[in-house]
Amino acid sequence: MAWFRKERKPRQPRREKLEIPPDAWEKCEACGHTDLREKFIRNLNVCPNCDFHRRIRAVDYVNLLLDDNSYDELDVDIRSVDPLSFPEYPARLKKALANAGDYDAIMSVSGNLGGMPINLGVMDFAFMGGSMGSVVGAKIARLGQRSLERKYPLVLISASGGARMQEGVLSLMQMAKTSALLAQLAERRIPYVSILTNPTTGGVSASFAMLGDAIVAEPGAVIGFAGPRVIKQTIGQDLPEGFQTAEFLLDHGMLDVVSHRRDLKSSVGGLLRHMSGQPAATSWVTP
Amino acid sequence: MSTSIMEFEKPIVELEKQIDELRRTAEKRQLSMEEEIVPLERKLDELRRTVYTTLTPLQRVQVARNARRPFTLDYLQLAFTDFIELHGDRLYRDDAAIVGGWARLDGDTVMVIGHQRGRDTKENLRRNFGMPHPEGYRKALRLMKLAEKYKIPIITLIDTPGAWAGLGAEERGQSEAIARNLFEMSRLEVPVVATVIGEGGSGGALALGVADRVLMLENAVYSVITVEGCAAILWKDGKSTEMKERAAKALRITAPELMELGVIDEIVPEPVGGAHVNHEASARALQEALVRNIEELRRFRPEKLVRRRREKFLAMGEFTE
Repeated sequence: MAWFRKERKPRQPRREKLEIPPDAWEKCEACGHTDLREKFIRNLNVCPNCDFHRRIRAVDYVNLLLDDNSYDELDVDIRSVDPLSFPEYPARLKKALANAGDYDAIMSVSGNLGGMPINLGVMDFAFMGGSMGSVVGAKIARLGQRSLERKYPLVLISASGGARMQEGVLSLMQMAKTSALLAQLAERRIPYVSILTNPTTGGVSASFAMLGDAIVAEPGAVIGFAGPRVIKQTIGQDLPEGFQTAEFLLDHGMLDVVSHRRDLKSSVGGLLRHMSGQPAATSWVTP
Repeated sequence: MSTSIMEFEKPIVELEKQIDELRRTAEKRQLSMEEEIVPLERKLDELRRTVYTTLTPLQRVQVARNARRPFTLDYLQLAFTDFIELHGDRLYRDDAAIVGGWARLDGDTVMVIGHQRGRDTKENLRRNFGMPHPEGYRKALRLMKLAEKYKIPIITLIDTPGAWAGLGAEERGQSEAIARNLFEMSRLEVPVVATVIGEGGSGGALALGVADRVLMLENAVYSVITVEGCAAILWKDGKSTEMKERAAKALRITAPELMELGVIDEIVPEPVGGAHVNHEASARALQEALVRNIEELRRFRPEKLVRRRREKFLAMGEFTE
């Protein structure tokens, strides 16, 4: 039967193999979509396929919101101490400083958003889960104080699991501290917009994050008082689909706008313009 | 939350039993056994004193949570008069985990608001173990604004493991309710005195705690997280006594430690052996402290009161630069 057997020829590759380094690809954590890393970055780290908003760093938000990538970083020398002599805290701080940067869990800057001067604080989940200790509280209070003095609007972007356990009740008191400052801002009619990103829970959500004149959230962000795991444990049953997402909170009347990352600047700018009596922006420069 | 006897109290309870028995025998036989009873009572007093002056932080947590301790409604009966309870947040429902209303302190009208725990299962189900839903905090705020309207001082009593973590609580905005209270309490134009009477559990406690004066009962605790939660997160073990004790020590949750940190302003003494051995004496000590503090605060004009309260909380925190 050998007469109809195909002659085996080595197949020639149809084209030259592209030289793509393995780290050029990234996979979406939510839908598994694989794409060029560059494409993710160009899309502001939002999955091109499913719109999942990946976590980005504080400085990325600063560049996203402020004009011409230009800003002044404030309170750069403030550092956490270990007021309770809490076990392992100094070591954890040292690690966080080395890995996540020296602005603690919040970067505070001043700059322009659509030509409007604002004070902006951006939390960074990479620094000890974005936990709020004395430094975060102080930086927010000082940003607020600056807003009071110059009458500039305040914008805070949250990404946090809550209070920093290692500073004990002092962390808890930062909730009161930040809220007390926001009350002063409100009395002087200085606009404050709160932006919630994934995740915003615990002491941060139960203080300044939920006190915005307007509250904007990124799609899919988990927002709540207790974390989903804690609730599951307390009630002993599975949580409904989509529970504690930004969309869920919007439905329940807990926030104003769910905004795609690419629209964040125009959403916030629009809100601030309405509240500070400025004319509408003619065009928005999106990065 | 146990009504059961705390391990370290066992010798005390033993001695109490012994004295009780002697008393009963004496009564039955119509004999005077004072000669035997008096020294035993002295010994009991001594024992209570030694046990209670050497409590570890974790033992203090147990004392603070003990169901035999006086609760908000007990103090309302013992330290105040003319209490009229007010109900509901006018938005959703009445949350029994927080009680509040008009009362008189040494004859003067005040607004009293406090967490309310239960002593038995039935009561605890009704009170949700003193863990409020958002409507509880909104009721509290409604009452505070009502007091402010009539220029009446506000007294809050803190006694909760924390705000409730559940579906309905999240749906109705637990975070917002707590945040709103912090915001509004910082600007109330009347004197506010808060007292941690048992367990001060995190944000759920602070939502009644932004006050001109924050007092704490001697054996009360005030913490950013439960000792169990802290131990579970840090050492993956929220159950063993050893790890809970470690967490309780590390978190600095006792009244003397918080006084040192500048978070509280005054420690209200408890009777020897803890508030639970003598509700009346505890109430008297609390009443004395409240009357004195309110009197001092009444001297400030509203603007100054608010400014001082703000400055106090704005100064909290430790860092370097």
